[in-house]
Amino acid sequence: MTEVLLDARGISLGYPREHGWQSVLENFDLQLAPGEVITILGPSGVGKSSLLRVLAGLQQARAGSVSLLGEPLQGPHPRLAVAFQDPSLLPWLSLESNVAFGLDFARQPKLAASERRARIDHAIEAVGLQHAREQYPAQLSGGMAQRTALARCLARQPQVLLLDEPFGALDEVTRADMQQLLLQLIARHNTAAILITHDIDEALLLSDRVLLLGNHPARTLGQWLIDLPQPREQRVEELGALRIDILKTLRRASRTPEPDSQPMPLPSETAHVPGRLHPHSS
Amino acid sequence: MGRHAIHGALGVAGLLGLLLLWWLGVHVFGEADGLSARFSPQATLGSLIELLGQGEVYEHIWVSLKRILIGLLLALLIGVPLGLLVGSYRHLEAATTPAFQFLRMISPLSWMPVVVMLMGVGDQPIYFLLAFAALWPILLNTAAGVRQLDPRWLQLSRSLSATRWETLCKVIIPGVLGHVLTGVRLAIGILWIVLVPCEMLGVSAGLGYFILDTRDRLAYSELMAMVLLIGVLGFMLDALARGLHRRWVHA
Ligand SMILES: Nc1ncnc2c1ncn2[C@@H]1O[C@H](COP(=O)(O)OP(=O)(O)OP(=O)(O)O)[C@@H](O)[C@H]1O
Ligand SMILES: [Mg+2]
Repeated sequence: MTEVLLDARGISLGYPREHGWQSVLENFDLQLAPGEVITILGPSGVGKSSLLRVLAGLQQARAGSVSLLGEPLQGPHPRLAVAFQDPSLLPWLSLESNVAFGLDFARQPKLAASERRARIDHAIEAVGLQHAREQYPAQLSGGMAQRTALARCLARQPQVLLLDEPFGALDEVTRADMQQLLLQLIARHNTAAILITHDIDEALLLSDRVLLLGNHPARTLGQWLIDLPQPREQRVEELGALRIDILKTLRRASRTPEPDSQPMPLPSETAHVPGRLHPHSS
Repeated sequence: MGRHAIHGALGVAGLLGLLLLWWLGVHVFGEADGLSARFSPQATLGSLIELLGQGEVYEHIWVSLKRILIGLLLALLIGVPLGLLVGSYRHLEAATTPAFQFLRMISPLSWMPVVVMLMGVGDQPIYFLLAFAALWPILLNTAAGVRQLDPRWLQLSRSLSATRWETLCKVIIPGVLGHVLTGVRLAIGILWIVLVPCEMLGVSAGLGYFILDTRDRLAYSELMAMVLLIGVLGFMLDALARGLHRRWVHA
């Protein structure tokens, strides 16, 4: 078995409601290996962002454990960077200062001034915002703000990237650019990433593994290993078959009325998918 | 831009209208060459120009502005940390709000005799009264700012493993600064109003003192000139505070 960077086991989470407790997600498992890109796919409101906060050490799970680099995750970790669903930029800082935000915090790895400068410049360049570095968040478009938030993560060169719909506000062309950029950076620094999206195509294009969440409370409906080299734009047929399979799984789940008593659907539901798309068991 | 020009022109027209009303008021209600003539715009402007030509008035202006500044600084020094605390803890807020509202509604001037008795005459009681007057808007606005902090900013700083100190300095304080500046602007308005009567007691410099001085010298057109000057200076102070606020919020 390969080394595991981020290891989540038996995660359950929910929120207090007026009358008791609303369970959002149950018994979730995930193992992230170095250099791996995992996409978590699921309909709106299924609990993806909540799950990401748990994986980032920002929110307590009701049950289960998360460990990073072999140690239990107690809280936010400097080797781990999160891009939230909302850019969360600080309005009183320029784009450049927003990208630099946090780099010099006491608990972050120490950086020499030149290294810091270089990282900020590279990150801003990578997301194509050199022309706007002096601008303030109020002057940025939604897509620019999102790319700024991404740059803020990249500048930290984390070991694990957690991205919550990082390309949601981007047009098709920029989105494709950013996807390629992300893949390059991940390959260059051997970063591992968990990417949340509700866009199946994005999941298929970017990830080594797709996890589908669904139902209430949510469970992992299926996992798919995508063993295709990048770039994948040409592999329409293989990806198309997989796409249909994911959609089918999702539709089947939404038809089952009460999920609670049901056993988790086995990943082997996808065993018949042809080509190099293997069902994955972890 | 065109809109700004129109609004600016309208504002100037309003000020000219005020001047006209002043002139009319003196002419209609006063006797032609009685006492009231000395309150007319012409006489006042003449005196003002004369006053501004001499050095003395600048000293009084300087003394008054210094008092405002010291009162404001004291209020900031106490009000901002207290506001941060009150805004951060719901129980503290519940415990202090009625007391603050109570104190806030007592005109600072009503403390004047007490303060003079305790501190004697001089600058100290003035600083105290000014700081006391300016404290409430700053404190209450700071506390409101803390309560309205965007939780996403706090989540961001947490995700970056920020220490408490870093969160305070890099997120909370800049995050409430807009509110603090709103408080400062309100405070300056109050300070300017409270200053003049404060200076009418036991000091020998400042705009309030100078008003009484002109009265005692029966220099009524000078008195009116001072009234006008106080208005102009207050207007400028407010514009300054507004400008600061706008600069920060637009950033
Ligand atoms: N802070 C919170 N307090 C209470 N309930 C919450 C909170 N955050 C999320 N929830 C609830 O948890 C569920 C999952 O929310 P979450 O934001 O994790 O979904 P999501 O999958 O990210 O959705 P989307 O794709 O729309 O972003 C929702 O029912 C939501 O109402
Ligand atoms: Mg979400």
